[in-house]
Order: sequence, then C-alpha cells, then structure tokens
Amino acid sequence: MKSWIKTHRFLIARRLVQLSLLVLFTLGNVYGFRVLTGNLSASLIMGVIPLADPFALLQIFAAGATVSINVLVGGVLVWLFYTIFGGRAFCSWVCPVNIVTDAANWTRRKLFLEQTERKIWLGRSVRYWLLGLSLVLSFLTGVAAFEIVSPIGMLHRGIIFGMGMGVAAILALFLFDLFAVKNGWCGHVCPLGGFYSVVGRLSLIRVKHDHTKCTSCMACKTVCPEKQVLGIVSKQSGAILFGECTNCGRCIDVCEGNALSFGVRNYINVGEKE
Amino acid sequence: MSQLNHEKATITERRRFLSLMAQSVGLSALGGLVWTGYIEEAKASPLILRPPGALYENDFMRLCIKCGQCVEACPYDTLRLAVPGENKPLGTPFFIPREIPCHMCTDIPCVPVCPTGALNKSSVSSIKEGKEKLDIFKAKMGLAVVDTESCIAFWGIQCDACYRACPVMDSAIKLEYRRNTRTGKHAYLIPIVSSDTCTGCGLCERACVTEKAAIHVLPNEVAQGKLGAHYIKGWEKADEKRLENVSQEVTTHTKRSEKKVEDYLNSGEDLFK
Repeated sequence: MKSWIKTHRFLIARRLVQLSLLVLFTLGNVYGFRVLTGNLSASLIMGVIPLADPFALLQIFAAGATVSINVLVGGVLVWLFYTIFGGRAFCSWVCPVNIVTDAANWTRRKLFLEQTERKIWLGRSVRYWLLGLSLVLSFLTGVAAFEIVSPIGMLHRGIIFGMGMGVAAILALFLFDLFAVKNGWCGHVCPLGGFYSVVGRLSLIRVKHDHTKCTSCMACKTVCPEKQVLGIVSKQSGAILFGECTNCGRCIDVCEGNALSFGVRNYINVGEKE
Repeated sequence: MSQLNHEKATITERRRFLSLMAQSVGLSALGGLVWTGYIEEAKASPLILRPPGALYENDFMRLCIKCGQCVEACPYDTLRLAVPGENKPLGTPFFIPREIPCHMCTDIPCVPVCPTGALNKSSVSSIKEGKEKLDIFKAKMGLAVVDTESCIAFWGIQCDACYRACPVMDSAIKLEYRRNTRTGKHAYLIPIVSSDTCTGCGLCERACVTEKAAIHVLPNEVAQGKLGAHYIKGWEKADEKRLENVSQEVTTHTKRSEKKVEDYLNSGEDLFK
C-alpha cells in the first residue's frame, strides 16, 4: 500500500499551485502586493513579465481589434509554455474551475451516481465546436464571445475582485457536473479546455505507462476526467499522447503498481518504443 | 417494408459522416443564435461610465480583456469590475460617481497599465515641449447634467457644492448669477456645465446635497445632442466661413418650389378665399 501522501501528492501539488496563484492575485488587488497583478486573462509578474490568455487574445483578434505588443508577448509566452512543456496542464494546475468540477466528480462517486443515474449523453467533441463558435461569434458580434459568458472568468475574477451573482453560475456548473454529465464542463463543453487540448497536443511532459507493472485494477480510469486517453492502460507500454490529457497526475497518484509516471516525450528516437 | 430496409442499407460511411456533420453544424448554429442573442443584450449598456482614456464603447468592448489591472491601479477604489447580477458587460471596469467618483490623479495610474490599449494613453495626453505627457483634464468619462427641478440653486437657495467640488472649477462648472425676482433682493447662483471642459469625473455628483444627486454624470453619447452641419452661426466670422465651401446643389426630400418668395406674397388672392 502506498502512503496517503503518495496517493495524493499530485492532487496536493495542484491545489497548492491553483490556490497560491489565486492568493497572489488577490494580494495584488487588495493589498497592493505586486508579485502578480491582474488575473488569468492578462497579468504582470513583478510588474515586468507580461502574461496573457492566448485564447482571449484570439477572440479579440477575431473581433477585429489589434492589441498592444506587451500583451501579445504575454500571450505568446503562455502559448509556448503549454505547447512545449505543459500540454493541457492549465486545466488541472491553474484553472480554478477545476477545483469545483473535481469536487462535483468526487461527490458523484460518493453518491454512486455512476451506477444508478440515467445517463445524459454529451459528445466530447462539443468543446471543439464551441471553440470554433467562440471565434465565429467574436467576429460577428465584435466582442470576445467566450470571455463574456465564461464561468472560468466569473470564478477567478470573482475570487480576486468580488463574486456578485457569479456564485449562482458556479453552483449551476457544479450541479451540471454532479447530476447531468460526468466531467461535463471540463471534459466535454469548455472551449478553453478544447483550446489547450489543441495547443498542448505535442508537448514534452507526458504521462507514461508501463504495462508490465499494471494490475488492470482500472483505478486510473475511475479518477481520470478524460478516461478515453487511457486507452493503452493494461494493453501496451508507452506515453499518453492525447491532447485531452490534462497532466493532472491523478492516475499516477492512485496507481498501486506504479505503472504510471510523468516522463518526457521521446522525440529523438521516433519510431522506437517509448 | 422492403423499401425501408433498402434505405437502411445505403447508409455508407460517407453518408454517416455527412449527416453527423450536418447535425453538428446545425446544433452549432442553434447554440450560436442563442449565444449571439445573449451577447447582443449583454454588451448593450449605454449608461455605463468607463475609466479615463477609454475608447468608444464598441471599440472598448472589443479590446478590454477584463484583467482588472486598471482596477488594481486605482488608489481610490473608484473602479471596479462588473460582476454577474449588475446588468453590465461582465468583467469590464466602470465606476459609480455617487459612491466613489474619479479623483482625477494627475499621473492617471489606471491608464498606462492597460495591457490591450482599451484605455488609450494618447487620448488623455497633451503635447508639452514636444513630449506627450499625461493630462487628466483631457479625459472624457462623461458629462455632468443638472436636473433643474431638483437642484436647490434653482430655488434660490445658495448651495454651490458642485461648483466647489469640481476639479476644473469655474470652467467645467460656472456659476451664473440671475436676479431673484421673488425676493427682489437676492440672486440665483445657477450651476452651468460646459461640455468642453467637463471630464465626467463625478466629484460634483458625489458632493451634491440633495437626497438623490441633482447633478449626475452621463456618458457623452447619452448626454449630448448633435447639431448637424447645416446650422451655422452667421454672427461668428469663423463659422460663417463654412458657407463658402457649401455647394449650391442641395438635395431635398420634397421638390423645391420654382416660385420666389415674392410670388407667394403678391398672389395673395388665395389667402382670402
């Protein structure tokens, strides 16, 4: 048996990263503590390094505006980080909605809803359609279309600047994930998740599977919010190469046989078995 | 029955793909219509007051990334981001002068921090000694409007709270003296706002002593009318000059009468019928 810490280490690490980002942003706003100012849409580190949400920038471009160079650099920095290293790590390591939807998923397991409920079907490609739609509607309406409805924006702005009736929106999202569709928001609907799935498709950091150690207990598939990416588990060794994998590391946490681990994708010996 | 079976058999992979695509596109169109409807409602907020240097509302909405850096830079907590339930475009910065007005900082900290240019630095700068310098007096956040019914100065009570609160005193708000014929020995001190120099900071609205402010700031597009080019001040030489460039070809909605004015006056018989 692995110790509790070992079965929760990536979960704890993710919560620490998510919460400390929110704390730093909030300190920046409320107390003028200028390590991190702004929010997840656009920010400044130490008043110098700009960061920006590349998807929000894409929508602004689609809406027919050009932005100043600073924020453009910020967007490119974030884009490059996830393209080269992180993959879709934004969703599980940064996005605050992840905490809400993980809570919904945990509650869902505790209530045995998977076994008892009537299933509502929703395709996992919905997010890509919404991603495209966000850009088309930004173009047609002249406003960043997803940003004006985004629950991610409502939540992180809410925590940093004040929530208002955003609580209702987040509660709705929680109920949707709990009672309507398993991993409904993050795993099916969210166009930002879709965006990072595309952006992070070729990234270096990957979850790797060693099928000789696998006991086929399928604990990984129970906790995985995108379990279709774990198709190779218990069948063959290799890296999880789907863009939809959020690199949350929860599968690594729960794996009793240590058959899963983080690794770097092998681009050099292409063709060889990773 | 046989025909149904026959139809079933002809659903090829290509046919399946095409009909799935048709469904997805159709559903996207459905979602897009609902979504667009919401956006068009949500972005229309004509009574919102934006930070200094904000572009015109449509361009502002296009560019604002909702990062809140202007809000953080504001030392008076004047600015805040719209939250759900306020019926304002979500996440965009605005202020309510009656609660906290803009104190018109001379270094305008909220504008240079804007990462996208939704708050435009050059619109609140003036050229001094060849250099562009921030100048808060060029801000156009809105225009103060006086409700003469509820302003006690129009009753003849001496107040001038707005006049004294105005950071552009004696220019954006002037006091006009008028004889109070009711008492015969007093004067009205009437606040008059000039749209040229009023920045819309709202300090007057904050200072107003009535229960609900008798002077309040409205966005310029709402508060101001527009003359149209054909009104000319004939008594001002500079304005009169505009006539020189006017072409004689004038298009009218109804056909112009060929007759002269005198014709109409002299053929007065019709008048007495």
